[in-house]
Amino acid sequence: MTVKDTSKGRIAYKPMSMSAKEYKQFAKNREPGRSVLANCVRAFLAGGLICLIGQGVQEFYKAAFGMSPLQAGDPTVATMVLLSVILTSVGIYDKIAQWAGAGSAVPVTGFANSMSSAAIEHRSEGLVLGVGANMFKLAGSVIVFGVVAAFFIGIAAWLFGGAGR
Amino acid sequence: MKQGERTWAFPNPPVIIATGTVVGPDEGEGPLSADFDLVHPDMELQQPSWEKAERALLEQATDIAISNAKLKKDDIEYFVGGDLLNQIISSTFAARTIGAPYIGVFGACSTSMETLALASLMVASGAGDKVLAGTSSHNCTVEKQFRYPTEYGSQKPPTAQYTVTGAGAAVVARTGDGPKVTAATIGKVVDLGIKDPFNMGAAMAPAAVDTIQAHLQDTGREPGYYDLIVTGDLAGVGHPIARELLLRNGVPLQQTTFNDCGLMIYDVAKQKVQAGGSGCACSAVVTYGHLLRRMKKGELKRILVAATGALLSPLSFQQGESIPCIAHAVSIEA
Repeated sequence: MTVKDTSKGRIAYKPMSMSAKEYKQFAKNREPGRSVLANCVRAFLAGGLICLIGQGVQEFYKAAFGMSPLQAGDPTVATMVLLSVILTSVGIYDKIAQWAGAGSAVPVTGFANSMSSAAIEHRSEGLVLGVGANMFKLAGSVIVFGVVAAFFIGIAAWLFGGAGR
Repeated sequence: MKQGERTWAFPNPPVIIATGTVVGPDEGEGPLSADFDLVHPDMELQQPSWEKAERALLEQATDIAISNAKLKKDDIEYFVGGDLLNQIISSTFAARTIGAPYIGVFGACSTSMETLALASLMVASGAGDKVLAGTSSHNCTVEKQFRYPTEYGSQKPPTAQYTVTGAGAAVVARTGDGPKVTAATIGKVVDLGIKDPFNMGAAMAPAAVDTIQAHLQDTGREPGYYDLIVTGDLAGVGHPIARELLLRNGVPLQQTTFNDCGLMIYDVAKQKVQAGGSGCACSAVVTYGHLLRRMKKGELKRILVAATGALLSPLSFQQGESIPCIAHAVSIEA
């Protein structure tokens, strides 16, 4: 199908003729498929397992120290955060996440991972400008939108009489 | 010397008299492991930061290339280098160590062939007799700069690619033993609107097609002139797209073997590298390590390496811009 350019006696091929729109569709059709269902099942299993471990930790604090469920909450979260930071530091958490997806991102362990990974990564730039300034690089938006959402929900609760119960 | 639209043809072809290749542990576990001069067992290289580790890779690769050429650092007249980090610090800091007059270039992952083309042009034009070309990339520096902290748990899509940790360098000389650089075709920036930084193969494929076609047209060569045409780092998604586009445009690709360095460097099915390898070092170590070794053994006589680069910055894709891409092709003949 070679097109001969007779004027110069040279080979000439067809130039790229696709528009950006056509090419995007063309490339989209050639992307390897991702199973949303399989990803959901894995996220469910991983997220569920993390919560199950958390529940086990809470039961431990209740049984060992005679704490109420409310009292056991804080040390449970602290333990889960510690576990996540240890797994992040030894380079395992990111490998779990590649399999688990949202399952390891959504629980509190994911939040701890986002902060500790950024802190480790930017340690080389010093404690203040490195660790301090970059620790919330990823987690910062969670806090910002968490606070904004809490603000609006607080107003809604006040308006519709749910507040002050 | 200029042939056709944008090809430099070298009537007295410069010679690649020696090369040096250094890689990290994942590349060492890949199928081309035996072809690299030095394989590191870890990513840190006993350095306090990823950036220093990448710099060490490039310094080692250039050292090996210079000593393989049986030269001293002082014999190098110019060093042409580049890498992916901001302000190309890996090559600039390596140039400080080498001490030779330095030209820093940026072509993202096409830098391997961009530096080789420029070094060859300098030698062919008489600007220098012994010019060093080199480039590097490190998986963790790239993750840190372009994506997320290396230990952050995010799930990568199957279109994503795994940046090669390594460095490759070549000494180009006017005379000597070794494969010759007979031509180089300079790429245009091609952008067909792909915005997903986790699908760079698809973004870069049209640039590779554009440069390969320009090379064949400018030189009047059929694809069959080459035993092998390789793209730099299109990997599992981009490479089949490039093949399909070339065939559509009437390039008789069936005359030759068409492969991709990003698919060769890893065992893509076994190693967790998503679509395959990427990074400046990908085409550099595969070409300077594996392909030139095969040429030496006589298994390959003529090859065309079209190194592909995605010219995005972390800022540009966050601002929603599409990814401009480029490919530079160098023809190497035994």
